[in-house]
Amino acid sequence: MRPALPAPLAGLPWRVLLMVAAIGGFGLVVLFSAANGSLRPWALPQGVRFVVFLTGAVVLSRIPLDWVRRAAFPAYGALLIALLLVEMLGAVRGGSQRWLDLGFIRLQPSELMKLAIVLACARFYELLPAAETRRFQAIWPAAVLIGLPAVLVMLQPDLGTALMICAGGGTVMFLAGVPLRLFIGGAAGVAVAAPLAFMFLLHDYQRNRVLIFMDPESDPLGTGYHISQSKIAIGSGGLFGKGFLNGTQSHLDYLPEGHTDFVFATMAEEWGLAGGVFVIAAFLLVIRWGVNVGVKAETRFAKLTAAGLSATIFYYVAINLMMVMGLAPVVGIPLPLVSFGGSAQMTVLISLGLLMAIDRDNRRSARW
Amino acid sequence: MRRAPRVLTEAAQALSFSRRAWLLGAAQLGVGGLLIGRMGWLAIAENERYNLLSESNRVNATLIPPRRGWIVDRYGQPIASNRTDFRVDVIPDRLREPDRVLEILRQLLRLTPEDMQRIEADMKKAAGFQPVEIVDNIDWERFAAVQVRQPELPGVAPTRGFARHYPAGAAVAHLTGYVGAANAEQYKETRDPLLVTPGFKLGKDGLEKTLEPILRGKPGAKRIEVTARGKLVKELATRVDTPGRTVHLTIDAGLQEYAARRLGTNSGSAVVFDVKSGEMLCMVSMPAYDPNSFSDGISHLEWKMLSDDDHVPLMNKVTQGLYPPGSTVKPMNGLALLAAGVKAEERVFCSGALRVGTGVFHCHKRRGHGPLNLRQAIEQSCDIYFYEMVRRVGYDRIAPVARMLGLGQKFDLPFSTQRYGTVPDSAWKQRKYRSDWKVADSLNASIGQGYVLANPLQLAVMATRLASGLDTIPTLLRDPFKPGARALGIDADHFRIIREAMYGVVNGGGTGGAARMQVPGVGLAAKTGTAQVRRITMAERRGGVLSNAQLPFKLRDHALFVCFAPYDNPRYAAAIVLEHNGHTVRNLDTPLIGRDIMTYLFDRERALKSLAEVEPTWGGDIRTRMAAQEAAYRAAQVPVAEAAATADDVPAASVSNAVGAATDASNASAEAVARDVRNGEGPARVGSPEPETEAERRATPLADDAPAAGARR
Repeated sequence: MRPALPAPLAGLPWRVLLMVAAIGGFGLVVLFSAANGSLRPWALPQGVRFVVFLTGAVVLSRIPLDWVRRAAFPAYGALLIALLLVEMLGAVRGGSQRWLDLGFIRLQPSELMKLAIVLACARFYELLPAAETRRFQAIWPAAVLIGLPAVLVMLQPDLGTALMICAGGGTVMFLAGVPLRLFIGGAAGVAVAAPLAFMFLLHDYQRNRVLIFMDPESDPLGTGYHISQSKIAIGSGGLFGKGFLNGTQSHLDYLPEGHTDFVFATMAEEWGLAGGVFVIAAFLLVIRWGVNVGVKAETRFAKLTAAGLSATIFYYVAINLMMVMGLAPVVGIPLPLVSFGGSAQMTVLISLGLLMAIDRDNRRSARW
Repeated sequence: MRRAPRVLTEAAQALSFSRRAWLLGAAQLGVGGLLIGRMGWLAIAENERYNLLSESNRVNATLIPPRRGWIVDRYGQPIASNRTDFRVDVIPDRLREPDRVLEILRQLLRLTPEDMQRIEADMKKAAGFQPVEIVDNIDWERFAAVQVRQPELPGVAPTRGFARHYPAGAAVAHLTGYVGAANAEQYKETRDPLLVTPGFKLGKDGLEKTLEPILRGKPGAKRIEVTARGKLVKELATRVDTPGRTVHLTIDAGLQEYAARRLGTNSGSAVVFDVKSGEMLCMVSMPAYDPNSFSDGISHLEWKMLSDDDHVPLMNKVTQGLYPPGSTVKPMNGLALLAAGVKAEERVFCSGALRVGTGVFHCHKRRGHGPLNLRQAIEQSCDIYFYEMVRRVGYDRIAPVARMLGLGQKFDLPFSTQRYGTVPDSAWKQRKYRSDWKVADSLNASIGQGYVLANPLQLAVMATRLASGLDTIPTLLRDPFKPGARALGIDADHFRIIREAMYGVVNGGGTGGAARMQVPGVGLAAKTGTAQVRRITMAERRGGVLSNAQLPFKLRDHALFVCFAPYDNPRYAAAIVLEHNGHTVRNLDTPLIGRDIMTYLFDRERALKSLAEVEPTWGGDIRTRMAAQEAAYRAAQVPVAEAAATADDVPAASVSNAVGAATDASNASAEAVARDVRNGEGPARVGSPEPETEAERRATPLADDAPAAGARR
């Protein structure tokens, strides 16, 4: 019997791809509305980029997993150097900078580092003999791997990305079997260190954001404005929203960053709780698929990578949504695939490509 | 020895991964559930609240300040009305390039550097969304110039509104008070957004302040859909304002303005009552500020000028000025003496001096009046008669009648600041000074000096009650259902005797002969008075008491006058008090002013003609003189940088420091005189500094053509 599709296409996880396309497509609809019913300046470029990156992800899914394994440390090293360069350029020019201008593209190394940290940690625990997992040797190299980029990103200063690098790396450590008490102790350590970091490490504007998060109404026209307006947008949307193109918060510019970090609020105002549940459920399904890919994977590297990348996508979504709903301070993490902007889109779709590559690998080994 | 770490095998590791991956998945699901729950809370449970917030974001209700109720006189003439006002405001938050916009406005509106400084100061203070006034009360051309360029000037709001207008200007200043923008404290108290709406003004002083709830009205609202940057998207429904109610006063606007002009350069006050009803026909305190310019917000320079003026233009002398009433109390004394059993025909011989104990008390007429009965004593204002009679009956028999006639009484009038003065008696002195009442106290009080203090309003009430014999209650707000006044319960014959004596003061060769009215059939009854405000030392008395013309303004005697007309069927009563007048210029002295004010009520043409004759002698009408005074003051001042801020931050005129200082000063002089009184001395030692009778006055060189010594600067 001849398959309906050629083998390479039939091998793709169509259900997930459709889910991702649905999220992305819905995002384009929201961006179309955010621009007052216009394809420009956001929906069209975002759509073109989405198609390009999604195609890229499909292409990526065809590369042998071994290449990825080999590339893990070099990629990590290159990005670490790039981060240093960014830091130095910033110091020379005065003022903070997050990207490197490579001529044809503005590369934001911290964005790709979210992926590289997962790969590097997974690679490290793959190299580590199983027997060593519960020893100190299993912990400190990973801690250094995570700590270096986290500190560099923190210096930019980009609190949100630094948090995501730590979370991504930490998740891989957790999955690799590092003793649980370490995480419990770590949580206790964070509880102690957080107030200290708040006092001494954070920049004024970051400190302010945390304070405003605690009490957004204290400064409704200043820094608390973002959170207040976002909550108003979500809250006034109700069950089914005000209707497509009818959002007042976004169209009358009350909602700041309504097409980037706060795109979820723009969506919720017009589509209501129903739209919100759809977006959250779709992301959870994609992430669950990703974790399952990890569970089914043969090799330790594949397992850790798949679960780690899924977790990274999850952190994006969770931190962003908590931020727009007033459950977390404003840290500048976009909602992947929906927020306007190429970086997060690229990161998430590369993750998807890698996950599909592992999935393909799983099925091939299952066949053999 | 340390426990060796548990060694993992690859298989165990895979199992651990599955377990932990499951845990991770569960945690992710949990967070997903939490997020959906949170969103449900916001969108369903709190939906109503956020809907409201979203609406209040979207819809910008610009309040339209309500048109303020008019204040009209007894004939419906406006005393305070509204005129169309073109104004320009800016909303600092909505300005794109404040400096550029201000520069354009400066050119279009021809703003002065003073204006620019005030605007910059206001912009710094303003809360951003709260509009800041650029100018108000501008002409149509300049307003239109801004209006046509509005599209390129975001944040600039040319508005057409209403401004308060007082047609009589300074003449009604102390009656109406004035309006002004609300200050920060008032806004903080109520948080009423109307208070910070540009163009809205509330009463700051006088009737405008006390009648605020009636006059204010309810604001309208213009509802528009706006973007976060304040750009108008579309207009929604507009609600019109409800204007404040009109307040009808008992005041006669014509008389009010006439009296204000007739007071001339004096620092004084005039109050006129309708005798039958107790309705106040005029209430003038001059000099005064212009409530029109006060309502626009005045500069520090103007404020300073008004504060520095020794004629205290910021004080409402009618209710806030306290003066020794001097000889004006003598008719009241007479009434009390009659009530105490003194026979009207009983005579006292005036030799010019009376020895009481170790002291000698003089009459203002050194040579003495000879034998006098009560009527003659009032006509000639003889001090000795009242010393002697009051000594006989004791001042404690006089004080109740004084209170009955309104001295020391508090009246329920819509003014926030009233001072009530003193009617002393032995119990009062015991309370206040813990010492016994002495004969000298009685003598001083008998000529309205010493401890006796009254405000002009009370003196006018006294004249009214003398004229009517009724317990007349003064009113300022017209009330058709006002109950009639009760009788005072004093023998009508006594009143007749006193009224005839007061008629004699003017028409029977008494001290007020100058006040004789030239209206046929209308006889004026009056009593003159003079109050000494300084101590006269023994040394000065030996060398001859200085005449008023030789003294600086602040030390001159007060001139007082109470009157009513017609004497045989009284319809109007008045009191006039001129601070430090000193009887130096005849046209500006009480009898002629009193005569003219009363004449106005019976023969307007004649009164206006008389005013037209004398007004040029003191430099023209109120507006002309105020303008000249301000120009002179400005020229004398070095321009000060901070002279630019509005008057929003200054206290209301009637509670300002200048008024406080003026009242303190008058208290101090009263205190000094009272000290003499306590020592058994005081004004009675020299007698009431009465002006001579008309016949005597004609013989003195102080005549009509004397230079206007009281003229300002």
